[in-house]
Amino acid sequence: MSETIETTANTTSGAVSGVEIQLEHVTKRYAGSREPAVDDVTMTIPAGKIVILVGPSGCGKTTTMRMINRLIEPTSGKITIGGEDALSLNPDRLRRNVGYAIQQAGLFPHFTVAQNIAVVPGLLGWDKKKIDDRVEEMMDLVGLDPKQFHSRYPRQLSGGQQQRVGVARALAADPPVLLMDEPFGAVDPITRGNLQDELLRLQSELRKTIVFVTHDFDEAVKLGDKIAVLGPKSTILQYDTPDAILANPADDTVAGFVGAGASLKQLTLLRVRDVELRTDTVTATVSESPADLRQKLTDKRATYALILDERRRPTRWVHVRDLVAASSLATAGKPLGDLVSLQSTLQDALEAMLVEGGGVPVTGSRGEYAGMIELDTVMATIQRLREEHTES
Amino acid sequence: MTTTVESGFSTESGSRRADRARLFAQPAAVVVIVAAVLIWAMTRDNDSIEQESLNWSTLLTKTWEHLLLTIGIAAIVVVIAVPLGMVLTRSWARPVAPVFLAIANIGQAAPALGVIVLFFLWTSWEGYWCAALPIAFYSLLPVLRNTIVGIDAVDPALTDAGRGIGMSGPGVLFRIEMPLAIPLILAGLRTSLVLAVGTATLAFFVNGGGLGELIDTGYKLNRTPVLIVGAVLAVGLALLIDWIGAVLEELLGPKGLS
Repeated sequence: MSETIETTANTTSGAVSGVEIQLEHVTKRYAGSREPAVDDVTMTIPAGKIVILVGPSGCGKTTTMRMINRLIEPTSGKITIGGEDALSLNPDRLRRNVGYAIQQAGLFPHFTVAQNIAVVPGLLGWDKKKIDDRVEEMMDLVGLDPKQFHSRYPRQLSGGQQQRVGVARALAADPPVLLMDEPFGAVDPITRGNLQDELLRLQSELRKTIVFVTHDFDEAVKLGDKIAVLGPKSTILQYDTPDAILANPADDTVAGFVGAGASLKQLTLLRVRDVELRTDTVTATVSESPADLRQKLTDKRATYALILDERRRPTRWVHVRDLVAASSLATAGKPLGDLVSLQSTLQDALEAMLVEGGGVPVTGSRGEYAGMIELDTVMATIQRLREEHTES
Repeated sequence: MTTTVESGFSTESGSRRADRARLFAQPAAVVVIVAAVLIWAMTRDNDSIEQESLNWSTLLTKTWEHLLLTIGIAAIVVVIAVPLGMVLTRSWARPVAPVFLAIANIGQAAPALGVIVLFFLWTSWEGYWCAALPIAFYSLLPVLRNTIVGIDAVDPALTDAGRGIGMSGPGVLFRIEMPLAIPLILAGLRTSLVLAVGTATLAFFVNGGGLGELIDTGYKLNRTPVLIVGAVLAVGLALLIDWIGAVLEELLGPKGLS
């Protein structure tokens, strides 16, 4: 099989190991129904990206995904995986090179964790030693201790653990492409959040091409490099980055699906480091004298100053009035409330600003002061994104 | 993942303990009762007619014949019903499954003796096969039905997952569906075995041997001890076979289901 779809060796360097998938005019028409289930879908899924198919129940998103590994045969159209015509291959051989993970994991209950993971390598005829090594490697990869879980049966695992095994099984033969059908749909919200983070971590290492089906738009925004919002008969209503869809939904249907609070969701996609920080705030280190600082504030016609410690980490706010009676900057004013780092999302920053009632100090990677983020900056950023995506 | 197959056993620990207890008590009770009856029958003052039947060599021969009949019937049942059940659960064979189930149903609904005699009149064979084949037909249904039900009960998500990761159709059947259906198939086989061992007492009608001969002799010649020994041996054998079925269910079921 590997002569047809190239499987690259497992790398940890973050090199792209996925391949491009193309659907051209793909249609699925079931016998006996007039309307096609999937009508003339054309899309390109770029190599090494996570593409989310999102849409209401029954819109044909799962059917579209299942045509990629031919669990459902398209009625017409063309599907290529890494340039190879998927419809010309033996379906079983094709599927061994396309990872497949489904809701509730679909683990075989009479196989141990290790046996479940070993299925596809076994089908590909790897020798036993290689399979054993691979199983151990995969269990490490998805965060399950091989010693503890190797010989357990799926019934003895929690939902989240089962899902991890499901992902490990899908990745065991190192396929360039991974299809995931609502894989985290049946676990509790906290576990789902963890599994999503885990998938993003895995993806930053493996860089597979992942096609991920969900009906949860928030999940799509969190995981997707690109999102395809699908309407009835799997027609593509909008296919773009989460950013662009949130800023500028293509039509009312997409807007309805995006739901209320699109701008707030967008704030989760942006980091503080992406926006401009204000650096004109007056600062002083604790060792300076209160009198000097007072002079500085008067010169700059400012009323507040931020006190930094010896390693330039923000510690206190001080008002010009406080300085009159203060003997040292170490005790003057009031301690700092919230602060955010350059890694924080704009949503975190907004939250902190709402609590603080204004601008919030931003710190760099070692906790050093980097500038201030203001409410105006956040609003301007949202405004700008909106305009950018409208123009384009 | 929650209910992929019904295991045939109740998973409640209480009834599980009861199952375990039965696993030891049943054969012990059989051995004690059979031994007691045999000691009584062999030590009493038997007349010459009784002695012709009540001697170790005859009793062993008849029990052995009965056992051979049962094993043969079970083998025929497994060889026919399990593959047939597997074929009938393939999607392309679905439409004809009811036909085969109906035929098997007729086999079981008809009186066993009627089936045997009709088969004898039709083929004019006699002996072992003339008894084994119709009795196998008679006890086919439990295994056939349980094979179909057992495979149908496998969660479709599992077969989908199997196909989705690249298993072939037969691969899914033999590695996923069949192992998960085993508990139900074994339960069916156990029922079939008990039916077979009971019905095999009718084999003597077509010269097929077995413990039915003792019962028949005792009845026709009005020798109650012979009748009792034949009946007790047949019952004991049925209970032992049932016990072996239970042990097989315990040992051969797939692991990881409970």
